[in-house]
Amino acid sequence: MATTTVKSAFWRGLRDGAPFVLVSGPFGLLFGVLAAEAGLIVPEALTFSLAVFAGSAQFTALQLMQENAPILIVLISALAVNLRVAMYSASLTPYLGAAPLWQRAIAAYFTVDQSYALSIVKFESEPEMSVPERMAYFFGTNGLVAPGWMVATIIGALIGAQVPESWGLDFVLPLAFLAMIGPMLRTPAHLAACFVAVVTALPAAALPYNLGLIVAGLAGMMAGAQAELWLERRLKENRA
Amino acid sequence: MNTLDPITLWTVIIGLAVGSYLLRFAFIGLVGGRAMPDWLMRHLRYTAVAIIPALVTPLVAWPAPTGGTPSLPHVAVAAITLAVGYFTKHVLLAMGTGAASFVLLLYFSG
Repeated sequence: MATTTVKSAFWRGLRDGAPFVLVSGPFGLLFGVLAAEAGLIVPEALTFSLAVFAGSAQFTALQLMQENAPILIVLISALAVNLRVAMYSASLTPYLGAAPLWQRAIAAYFTVDQSYALSIVKFESEPEMSVPERMAYFFGTNGLVAPGWMVATIIGALIGAQVPESWGLDFVLPLAFLAMIGPMLRTPAHLAACFVAVVTALPAAALPYNLGLIVAGLAGMMAGAQAELWLERRLKENRA
Repeated sequence: MNTLDPITLWTVIIGLAVGSYLLRFAFIGLVGGRAMPDWLMRHLRYTAVAIIPALVTPLVAWPAPTGGTPSLPHVAVAAITLAVGYFTKHVLLAMGTGAASFVLLLYFSG
């Protein structure tokens, strides 16, 4: 009885996750193409995707390595871009924290935008789900997205090796990032963070070792946090 | 094309793999249900929307295809992509618009 509900939870996850292949597929493809342009061979690009499994961090690292940034800056920047998965992990803990450690260890690897977004909505709206069902649903959401990301990376790397350099694909990466940022700007605080980061990044670009990125990033984060506080105060004053 | 040296590449791949995994495991595996300080969470919420624009801005202001010379068409294509993403909230729509305007840009800049 329990097995059937766990199985059906997995299949529901798989079904809910299916449309996201349309998002992760093209990005995996693009990562493969740009990795090949940067000189990575197919096994290297695939290992990158398999080991890291975080699109925006992979794009960031690829870009900074091509700019010959110091390794430490590459790592700090790429991990900073990926800090949000730590928040996902924190927010899933009340729902999955009671599962066995080995399951949580595997779940950690699969904590990405899609699996988090689908699962948190599901867990909040169906509090009666058991922990094994929740785990099964969580893994189900990745059932197609994760393999899709890997396959797309391989295909992209194979295509990228054929693309002539004259196409100027260097500019596709900033465009991919911009396409990702737009939908993330949900509140005025997000806008403030983005705006301050952009304005700081221009003069900060003169700093050595790509430190400008870290400086502008921190400035943006502080602006976002302050804007959030200010908005909350305003809201309270208006109510009072 | 500047080929990356293998030591840099593999250091970054391994470092990122371990680092990303630890970020993901930190809470669900170790911290459990304990709450994080508010000020930290408040800053963490804005990492992606700050770091990514900080990374992209110089790439748009001094685009690689022109050899780093500031170029209005590149800024325009970037602005269109961001605007479509912001107003539609669809990554793929923004990406498609960006790709289409980029192709137009290539075509007209010959």
